[in-house]
Amino acid sequence: MNSASAAQPKNSKTASSAIHASGDKRFKMLDATIKRYQYQQDALIEILHKAQELFGYLETDVLIYVAQSLKLPPSRVYGVATFYHLFSLAPSGAHSCVICTGTACYVKGAQTILTELEKSDNIRAGETTPDGQVSLLTARCLGACGIAPAVVFDGAVLGNQTAETVHDWIHRCSAECTKEG
Amino acid sequence: MDLAELLEIAKKERASEKPVQVRCCMAAGCLSANSEAVKKSLDAAVTDAGLEEQVQVTGVGCMRLCCQGPLVEVKGEVKQSSVDKPVAEETLGTLYEKVVPEDAPSIIGTLTGGETTVQKGDLAQPFFTYQMPIVLENSGKVDPERIQSYIAAKGYQGLYHVLREKTPADVIDTITRSGLRGRGGAGYPTGVKWATVAKAKGDRKFVICNADEGDPGAFMDRSILESDPHRVLEGMAIAAYAVGANQGYIYVRAEYPTAINRLQIAIRQAQRLGILGTQIFDSRFDFKVDIRIGAGAYVCGEETALMASIEGKRGMPEPRPPYPAESGLWGYPTLINNVETYANISPIIRKGAEWFASIGTEKSKGTKVFALAGQITNTGLIEVPMGTPLELIVETMGGGVPNGGIVKAVQTGGPSGGCIPASAFNSPVDYESLAQLGSMMGSGGMIVMDQTTNMVDVARFFMEFCMDESCGKCIPCRVGTVQLHHLLTKISEGKASMTDLALLEELCETVKFTSLCGLGQSAPNPVFSTLRYFKEEYLALIKQGAKV
Ligand SMILES: Cc1cc2nc3c(=O)[nH]c(=O)nc-3n(C[C@H](O)[C@H](O)[C@H](O)COP(=O)(O)O)c2cc1C
Ligand code: SF4
Ligand code: FES
Ligand code: FES
Repeated sequence: MNSASAAQPKNSKTASSAIHASGDKRFKMLDATIKRYQYQQDALIEILHKAQELFGYLETDVLIYVAQSLKLPPSRVYGVATFYHLFSLAPSGAHSCVICTGTACYVKGAQTILTELEKSDNIRAGETTPDGQVSLLTARCLGACGIAPAVVFDGAVLGNQTAETVHDWIHRCSAECTKEG
Repeated sequence: MDLAELLEIAKKERASEKPVQVRCCMAAGCLSANSEAVKKSLDAAVTDAGLEEQVQVTGVGCMRLCCQGPLVEVKGEVKQSSVDKPVAEETLGTLYEKVVPEDAPSIIGTLTGGETTVQKGDLAQPFFTYQMPIVLENSGKVDPERIQSYIAAKGYQGLYHVLREKTPADVIDTITRSGLRGRGGAGYPTGVKWATVAKAKGDRKFVICNADEGDPGAFMDRSILESDPHRVLEGMAIAAYAVGANQGYIYVRAEYPTAINRLQIAIRQAQRLGILGTQIFDSRFDFKVDIRIGAGAYVCGEETALMASIEGKRGMPEPRPPYPAESGLWGYPTLINNVETYANISPIIRKGAEWFASIGTEKSKGTKVFALAGQITNTGLIEVPMGTPLELIVETMGGGVPNGGIVKAVQTGGPSGGCIPASAFNSPVDYESLAQLGSMMGSGGMIVMDQTTNMVDVARFFMEFCMDESCGKCIPCRVGTVQLHHLLTKISEGKASMTDLALLEELCETVKFTSLCGLGQSAPNPVFSTLRYFKEEYLALIKQGAKV
């Protein structure tokens, strides 16, 4: 089994109130956060941040759970989750590569990196490699414009990137997975 | 906590300073170039050389020349037992560039007469010498994770004096007379805003620090928060006292984890010393600050959208009036200012309104921090007096385009701003001059573009940004930006006619005048400004299309 599916959250189908029926420990941790915010409805965004950190993405089940806990209509929770770019409603790859497409990075060649990746790795922004290893994403300015073009590899920002360095990284991730598998 | 105790902390901190300071930049740019490992190995090298008594390695904030990071500055000399040379405080230190962890032993070795081949930077070059640090006076000097370090740099003295010796009206009067204008973009007079909130009636009031910094290409606010977080907290506390608020929020974008972390540390440290919380400095003033983390939406920088987001809703702008000053967060009077605006408060209180008003131009006082990026040799942060000519910034301080390229334009003000052509570079940078050129100050992003840049493409790039970031609440912006983007794409692909160009201009007017919030109202700006200065590029693309 490869690390991608291992990292994937367990898909629990049953939504219920206070204590989650699936017995998934992550719901307990989410509960702790909700309690810390004293079930305040205006803490919704903070709680969704925590939920995404725990589950990797916001599956429907989790959204319903949050809605019930905060006594908010699910439409409101769904509305917020879809409004903000950083919330993701679909699972992503085991690794992530975020290319900054802000103005500074753009004029320093971020677009070229994306076009090259499309050619050499056959992957577009917003997609995950077929082996489920790497999700390629874009962001609008990471605030590291002084070292543009900037790319975030699994959370670590690196400056002065080129199509080659990004391509190499993606390949290393895939190679690791083949080795493990 | 009283003044004597505050001064005692400062004294103790200064006394503990060792003769040689080794400062390693731990702000975003350098961190992403591995400066954490550099600092570790500097620490180890000092221990290995047995110099712990004399040499102190400190993690500091941004030293401004971010493109050469990781940066390390060494200041002072090790006292050799025979020759007792005085520590030359005033002389410049030595700046090392692009330092890797392996360089540490040789850098520390120079302190005892060794040689090093590590690339040295020139602290006497124009990039540094034309700067006038007020907002950034502590950046690269103090340790952002230690409150003592900030206190030793005269931090929190301003807050003390305000709470113990001044009335809220005095404070507002000082800020008004200083001429400070908001650094978040529009340049609204800060004193006037504070006075409005102070006058507003409500059982509760709030102050908010706007640290959303959505403009792509801008990183001043990030740098200020990472380098000197206490400075922002002090500014907020003074503001809260002046307007009568007891609760503050800092709305930071989630893309800035280091800034968030340092703010959390700073808030905790200030609370422990009784500088935030209840009965600050044993006065009757209470002030609590909480952090709210954004979730990636440019429009949340707009003040009404930002407040909706703090309330846990979708960040959609509301029509104004009522202004936040009357009815803001949860309907209470709310003061909302930008990070850099707050960072200017403490020095104004300490040094006086007249001092601040003597810097800058007639209508734009003080300094402005710019994030210099793009096709330019020196990328990083610069803080210059308002009114500094663009030419000086781009050519002299920035060092022009690398490899002999030629500057074509500078983009200021982000998606709400415009492109200023090289021919207008003798213009000073202040709110009015930039507006006259069809751009704006914005938050202070300055992106240099060279001759290879296609200006129609740039306009399309910004339109794509606005299209993606439109919250969708009103039709002119939601639909208009999509259509404008479509027209710009058509032009840049050489498939457009003169009718399309006319349509583009007409639609720009519509979107500008009928959109609800600043995002839609300013979305056409990059098109207007490129049409104004680079129309021939549009025409060439259209002509080229006509031939096919
Ligand atoms: C679309 C949009 C985005 C904005 N983004 C920011 C931002 O990222 N940071 C900021 O300080 N102000 C931003 N503003 C301006 C704020 O609404 C507000 O005017 C500012 O925070 C007031 O602070 P100041 O008076 O200190 O400048 C934005 C405005 C608009 C219309
Ligand atoms: S102008 Fe655009 S961003 Fe502003 S409210 Fe309308 S749709 Fe939303
Ligand atoms: S534009 Fe890419 S980091 Fe700012
Ligand atoms: S981030 Fe280190 S110098 Fe700017």
